[in-house]
Amino acid sequence: MKLLFKLAIKNLTGAGLRTWLNVIVLSFSFLIIIWHKGLLNGWDRQARNDMVNWETGTGQFWQSSYDPFDPFSLTDAHSKIPSVFDTLITKGEIAPVLITQGTIYPRGRIQSILIKGISSAQRVLKLPGELFLKSNDDLPVLIGSKMARDNGLKTGDVTTIRWRDVHGTFDANEMKVIGIFDTNVPSVDAGQIWVPLDRLQKMMGMPGEATILVCGNFDTNGRTPEGWKFKSSEELLKTVTDIIKMKSAGGIVLYIILMSLAMLAIFDTQVLSIFRRQKEIGTYIALGMTRSQVVGLFTLEGSLNSVLAALLAAVYGIPLLALQATKGMSFAGTAKSYGLVVADKIFPVYSLGLVATTIILIMLTTTIVSYLPSRRIAKMKPTEALRGKLQ
Amino acid sequence: MRKIAIPIILLIILLSVSLNAQNPSAREIIEKVDNNMSAVSRVFTSKMIIHNPRNTRTVESRSWSMGENKSFTEYLSPPREQGTKMLKLDNLLWIFSPSTDRIIQISGHMLRQSVMGSDLSYEDMMEDPHLLNHYTGKVDGEEKTGDRNCWVITLTATSTGVAYQTQKIWVDKDHFIPLRKELYAKSGVLLKRMELSDVLRIQGRWFPKKMLFKDVLKEGEGTEFQIMDIEFNVKIPDYIFSKASLKK
Repeated sequence: MKLLFKLAIKNLTGAGLRTWLNVIVLSFSFLIIIWHKGLLNGWDRQARNDMVNWETGTGQFWQSSYDPFDPFSLTDAHSKIPSVFDTLITKGEIAPVLITQGTIYPRGRIQSILIKGISSAQRVLKLPGELFLKSNDDLPVLIGSKMARDNGLKTGDVTTIRWRDVHGTFDANEMKVIGIFDTNVPSVDAGQIWVPLDRLQKMMGMPGEATILVCGNFDTNGRTPEGWKFKSSEELLKTVTDIIKMKSAGGIVLYIILMSLAMLAIFDTQVLSIFRRQKEIGTYIALGMTRSQVVGLFTLEGSLNSVLAALLAAVYGIPLLALQATKGMSFAGTAKSYGLVVADKIFPVYSLGLVATTIILIMLTTTIVSYLPSRRIAKMKPTEALRGKLQ
Repeated sequence: MRKIAIPIILLIILLSVSLNAQNPSAREIIEKVDNNMSAVSRVFTSKMIIHNPRNTRTVESRSWSMGENKSFTEYLSPPREQGTKMLKLDNLLWIFSPSTDRIIQISGHMLRQSVMGSDLSYEDMMEDPHLLNHYTGKVDGEEKTGDRNCWVITLTATSTGVAYQTQKIWVDKDHFIPLRKELYAKSGVLLKRMELSDVLRIQGRWFPKKMLFKDVLKEGEGTEFQIMDIEFNVKIPDYIFSKASLKK
């Protein structure tokens, strides 16, 4: 085995530029696959963290009629907040949110929005509810930066808001933007405004009522009050998970193209080697090597390409990937405009498992691709091979 | 003394009766307005001219309505909207679009949205509410609207669920048609203004053929609603108010 390994290294380095071309192409594959997967991992982690911090909490209780994909459900989706949660709400561990529809008139334009009421005492979500406490305005409002940009609103702006109360009667008032928050989660930003919960309850004629209850870090112990349904964190994050899965599946196409290019080069090299090195093959067998040992030698030579590629990729890849992991990659808000939870900068996450599986996968593929043409050796006649006759 | 007192008392009674005859109560005025404006059923062709800050669009439609809760509208023009149909039954509205060949249902807050960027909501366009069923009135005084003498009446909602808590209407003293309307939110904020004109006698009642709606919170010059022809209390087949008629 040691001899085979030595021979394989010698033959590989002896092939010169041909070997290095293969190794360089394969190292690109290593690097791009690890980088792409790392980027998706980074996005996944960031999106999940942002969703939990800004929207979902660790789970939510929904009023039984509430369906976020059906705005019609909002008319009926409100109930008294269950008294069992009173202590947790006071502590800020549960954030009750009341949701209704309304219309604002920024700069004389009509704009349908969601009005969401949230308690200033809550500590579950990152929404700066404490700003409500500092405001003396009749109807203070917090909006996200996208909402502000889309409607030309800025802190201190006053505009008319119109809504319908619990009975369906129109009401209107002047609202004042007291703060603009910046978030990566468009579903708490676009097309909505945040007002103090008690104020919205009063506006709607729904005292003590809420549409959803966002949970913080506490154990619900499986208790779901009557008239409410519990949605776990995984259920609430399913959209993000599905998008990442879809992106990962799309990435496979890229991996296949990259790997095909590298494997084609290796396959071609192997075929050429077997064709050009027939005398050598005959000599090995004449000197006492079995056919399978010779097949093993050629397979080893081929698969060592991936080892050299892994080493080369480590040389220039580790600094590059490390740099990106610390500096991040800027998406400059393009994806956010499509409603995706994407930070302005994504920091790729490279786990040991990711690197190890990528190396194993590439090595395995290279070995198989190296072995396939080498099987011809087993059918060669040693005497003919020694004469260098084409077989 | 007795001979003088009796005629004086009689005169006072007579005067008060005659004054009351000249000043009908708010309820009487609203009742007369309802008699003119509302009907068991209505079939009309209308033209809606929407004045947006950038352009003006005209939409023609034919509508059938029965009472307060059933209404059906079909757009006749422009070509892009031709064939679009809307059916409203109570608080539910279905819209059929021929370009997509699909029926979509809207309800709740969506009914309060503007129709094709106009100043009318689906409710405004398709409902025919009897004021007396939902409001109580108070005569605030008299005012001239254009060259017409009007009663100014403030209507306050008596039932929950009405869109506007308060309305102020200027009712023509002779024709009992509101020539001006102001619709207010619960907080007292003015939301919409309507001006009604071209009052004609149709089938024994007075009716305005032109209405100008203005959402005062929104920019623009408002939306004109012109009645081209109208028939009251005609028999409308039941199938008109069915979902099947949307795709016919």
